[in-house]
This record gives sequence, structure tokens and C-alpha cells, in this order.
Amino acid sequence: MAVTVSIPTILRTHTGGEKSVEAAGKTVAQVIDDIESRHGGLKDRLVKDEKLHRFVNVYVNDEDVRFAGGLEAEVTDGDTVTILPAVAGGMR
Amino acid sequence: MGPVLRIRRDHVDAIVAHARRDHPDEACGVIAGPDDGSDTPERYIPMVNAARSPTFYEFDSGDLLKLYREMAANDETPVVIYHSHTATEAYPSRTDIKFASEPFAHYVLVSTREDDVADFRSYRIVEGEVTEEPVQVVGDAGAESPAIRLNPDLAPVESYMFANTGGDDVPDA
Repeated sequence: MAVTVSIPTILRTHTGGEKSVEAAGKTVAQVIDDIESRHGGLKDRLVKDEKLHRFVNVYVNDEDVRFAGGLEAEVTDGDTVTILPAVAGGMR
Repeated sequence: MGPVLRIRRDHVDAIVAHARRDHPDEACGVIAGPDDGSDTPERYIPMVNAARSPTFYEFDSGDLLKLYREMAANDETPVVIYHSHTATEAYPSRTDIKFASEPFAHYVLVSTREDDVADFRSYRIVEGEVTEEPVQVVGDAGAESPAIRLNPDLAPVESYMFANTGGDDVPDA
């Protein structure tokens, strides 16, 4: 099982500068663990207490996994997983 | 020369107009430019503030994906990421600093707390560290241009080459 994972600029320090990496897994959590096994440090930037950080968006193809099971969202061979930090802020 | 934001007057006008239009909610958006190190904002893209809040902004998750895919397809990068503060100064808040995730972007802050003039400032935000940079506006204000105020404490940037846009004999760099 191989999926392509698109890495945002700010996390490319964890992938040797690569914009995308191949990974294996049947769920988003497994994909992240698989990347973590080769690129230490990425998981901490994405996951806390077994949940995705509120301000990190992860998509399987076109779908934000927040609405599709979160870390347990399923991925299948050939899918594209895209990681994008939220663009957010404000006075608050 | 240190870091500076060079931005066209029509882009400045569009950002301020967006901020005024959405006031008292915060407005947000991007100006994309070629991902070739030229650091040139070219394509203005106003975004919806999914939070619709006077104290918070967030790009809609679906819009964010679409935006980044478009930029990837066009070999673009978010040269400018802007938002407004509607009751406070044009300086990054703790929230802005916490969520800033584009170390190569110019973070533009516009304050609409005054009715007649908008503060317009630019920052780099890298790993929690904020550095304000001068803003160099390229091109003249038009009759419809909103009033802006740049940071008077930052030294003005040499603008000779941009003030003479008429001649082809003036090199761009």
C-alpha cells in the first residue's frame, strides 16, 4: 500500500526538504507512523494525545479528515494525503 | 539591504478595501507570486474568514486546500498573507505568531480601528520570532485609493527605480 503525502514548507525540515514522500498504511494514523519511522519529529507536529492538532489540516484526496474519522480515516493505494497548517490568527 | 516588502499600490488598495468591507470582522487573504525566489506578489486572492469573527480569522479548510493546489499547479508561493485587526494595532498577536506557518511569507497586518486611515505593516514570523520590515509601495495612489499609514518609525526604502517606471532604460534590479 503506497500513498503520496504532500508535506508543507514548514515541516520539510523533517523530510530532508522533500515536498512529498511515499508512505504505507490503511489509515491516516498508520501513514503518519510510517513517515515517523523514517523521518523522526513529524508526528509531534501533527498529533497530540492521539488526536490531530486543531490547527493542522489533513486531507485524504479532497476530504478534510476532520469530517471523515480523523486519524482513523481510511486511505487506499494511490491516495494523496495532504498536510496543511491552518492559516489562522487574529487579535484574540 | 534587509528584508522589505515591495507591493503594488493596487494590491495595497485591494487589501485595505477588503478589510474595510469586512469590518468589524477580520478579513484575510493571500497574494501569490512565482516560487522562484523573486519575492514578488502578483496574484491577489481574497479569502473567506471561516471564523467570521472580529477577533479571529481562519481560512476555510476546503478553500485552503484549493488555494494550495492552485499555487502548486502554478509554481506559486504565498508571498503575502494578510489579515486585519479591527480594534487593535497592526502588530502580530500571540495567536498570529503561534499559527504563523509560512517562514518565507510577508505577514501583512492592516488595522481598521480608525475610520479615515488604515495602518499597513509587514512582518516576517519565523519560529515564533517577529521581525517588522519596511513596506515599499510601488506605483502611485489613484483617486479611489484608501488612505494608508506605513510605520513611520521604519526608515523609508530607496524608491528611485520604482519612481521612474516610465523608462525602459532603468533596470529593475
